Parts: sequence; C-alpha cells; structure tokens
Amino acid sequence: MKKEKLRLAILFSGGKDSCLALYYAMKYEKVACLITILSENKESYMFHTPNISLVKKQAEAMNLPLIIEKTKGIKEQELIDLERAIKIAIKKYKIQGVVTGALASLYQASRIQKICNKLDIECFNPLWQKDQIELLEEIVNLKFEVIIDGVFAEGLLGFIGKKIDSEFIDAIKKISRIYKINPAGEGGELESFVLDAPFFKKKIKITKSEIIPDKEKGATLMINEVNLENKKR
Amino acid sequence: MILIINLCKEKLHYFEFVKPIEDILKKENIFYETTNKKVNKITLNKYDKIIICGTSLKDEEYLNKLKDFEWIKNYKGKILGICAGMQIICKLFGCKLKKNIDIGMKMVSIKQNFLGISGWNEVYELHNYEISDDYNLERNFIVFSQGSIDAIKHKEKEIYCIMFHPEVRQKEIIVNFAKLE
Repeated sequence: MKKEKLRLAILFSGGKDSCLALYYAMKYEKVACLITILSENKESYMFHTPNISLVKKQAEAMNLPLIIEKTKGIKEQELIDLERAIKIAIKKYKIQGVVTGALASLYQASRIQKICNKLDIECFNPLWQKDQIELLEEIVNLKFEVIIDGVFAEGLLGFIGKKIDSEFIDAIKKISRIYKINPAGEGGELESFVLDAPFFKKKIKITKSEIIPDKEKGATLMINEVNLENKKR
Repeated sequence: MILIINLCKEKLHYFEFVKPIEDILKKENIFYETTNKKVNKITLNKYDKIIICGTSLKDEEYLNKLKDFEWIKNYKGKILGICAGMQIICKLFGCKLKKNIDIGMKMVSIKQNFLGISGWNEVYELHNYEISDDYNLERNFIVFSQGSIDAIKHKEKEIYCIMFHPEVRQKEIIVNFAKLE
C-alpha cells in the first residue's frame, strides 16, 4: 500500500537554503504551508535576513500559504514565537512535520528539534551537514535564480547583488580559502534571496533596489519593489 | 566494502541521518553501499563492515523490527551502531532502554581510545532513549564513556556503539571505523 504523504511546513526565510529544503520536501512529501518569523532584532541568531518582508511575494509566486509571526528577536523569546507559529500551522494546515534549511548550525537545529519533539511532530533537515560548494552547485544545476542580498565579511563586498552561478561559485571558492569563510554563508557572511526556482509558478523581478553599505565590511541590497512575472513554459 | 543500513521510516530523513555518513566515506574514497531493506546472509557476505545509522526522534519503528537484525549476533565483520543503531544492538544483547531525551550538544568523557577519540568531547545527541546501565550491559560490553552510556564496545565482537552522532561532530570516528584492519 502506498504511504500517504506527510503534510509539512517549511521554515522559510526567502533565501537559498530554505528554498532548497522546500524543493526536497516537495519531492517526497506534501508542503502544506510556509512559516516565516519576522524578527525586529537585526542580530537575531535564528531569523533575520535583509529582505524577509518579501516572503509574501515569494509565497504568492509559489502559490503556497504563508504564516507570518513577529518576534522581538530576544534570544529565547523568539523560540516561543516560533513555537506559536508552528502551533498555528498544526491547527490550520494539519501539518505533521517541519522542514528547516539548517546546514550546520547546532544552535538552530537543536532548538527546532526540541520544539518539534515537544509538539510531537517530525523535524526534517534535508541539507544537514551538506557540503557548502555542493549546495551552491545544486542550486545552479536546478536552475534556481538567486541573488546575494547581504554580505557581512571581509572580501565579499563585490558579490552584493550578484547572481549565484558557476562564475560566482568559482570566485567564492577562492575567497573562502583566503578569508576562511563559509562559502555558502551559513555563518551569516552572506545572505541570499530567491527570485525563481522550478516550483515557482511566477518569477520575481526586482524593479527598484538600493545598496546600503554596512558599518563593518559589508552591505545590504534592499529590494524596494518587485513584480511577479509569468514564466515561459 | 561497507554496508550502510538506513533505518529511517521517512525518505526525507535519509538526507539528515544517512547522506552525511556517505559523504564522509566518499571524501575518503572508501567504498560503501546503502540499503533500507532487511539484509540476509547472502547480502552480508559481501561486506566486512556495517554502519547502522540513527533516525529521527519521532521514528521508533526500528524498535519493532529487532528480529530483522538477529544476524548481528553471528556476524563476523565489524559493526558501528549509531544512536538508533546502538539501541538495536544493545536490545539484541539483552540490554534495556530507558526514556532520556537528549537534544543538542553535550560533553562526554571517553576514558580510553575509542575509534580515535578520547578525553572530553563535545558531542551532538538526538535521542529519546538511552541504554540502561544493567547486568546485560556489563556482561556484554565495555563502556568507554564515563558517567553516561555513550560509547561502548562488545567484549568479544568487533561491535562499536555510540549514542551521539559522529556525522555531525567527531567525523573521524566514522573514518577510523572504516579504516579498521
């Protein structure tokens, strides 16, 4: 007898990791909704990314329901806020598990595992321990369209606003060796934003954006306006 | 050749509990095959080492399939049981499990060389049960960890068990096991 697919929620930040985790989840199970936590704290360990408010547009482009919960981003309080969001997903979308884009962050992964265990649902980390370069190559091969919208370490300024492609991978390999940074940016060195992926029904086109320099060695690409465009079939 | 046994009930968990182990072996150019099916004597003859992986907190199906692992008692090769894999091995040798939830990092002291690690180690744990420190454990296994049942070896067989996840930290345990003569 064929096993019924699990109903899952994706912890979604709009970046490449949560989008790739979503891709895996869709391959094996049923994605019932996305969950985004909007943190007011720029230093949040768990949730802050530069263009997090655009997840609504991404959810619309994917035609997936989205649960957004706000948090002040105080260390342990944000976990309570995440738990509240997951409880909403359980009630509203009958989810049986949560999927994260965690690669190596033991802080993030173990805290989400604890919440899921408490709520008696599955916790999936399909990118867990994945080689960083393999991850970047995979998103290029799968034809994800991803831009770098935040750089926060030495040597990375030239990547702001650039697309992740084979040229980017070659360059980041060199830079990561020189500056000893994580090439996929899981340590917060790089932030990314997904404009298109195979499961997007529409693609996102940026119509207005600006680069805002950071006090220390970094910059953010603030995306001010976007349009949703039909995709060529 | 190494056989990796995937215990995961859910396919999506392969990427979290099995693939990281495959990647470690691949990096070292060590040949392996992976199965999620019941193994038989003919299949086992192909392999001189076996790794039984862990699975998710919510997946306890392996505890209902102990009969599928009876071959462990007579297997002549080397076995490494990780988390759920350790629980299966210990149950087969008469040990009991007790509820003890451990999620995240923990300091574990290994009193003597255990597959290349010793002393204090920060390990990653993800389990709902631990092994009871009882007569059957003492009769069958040497305990290498101090104050917790985290690293053990069978007294007569080349069976190694760890409760923590070496594919997350202590990757050298997997490499050292794979390179055992």
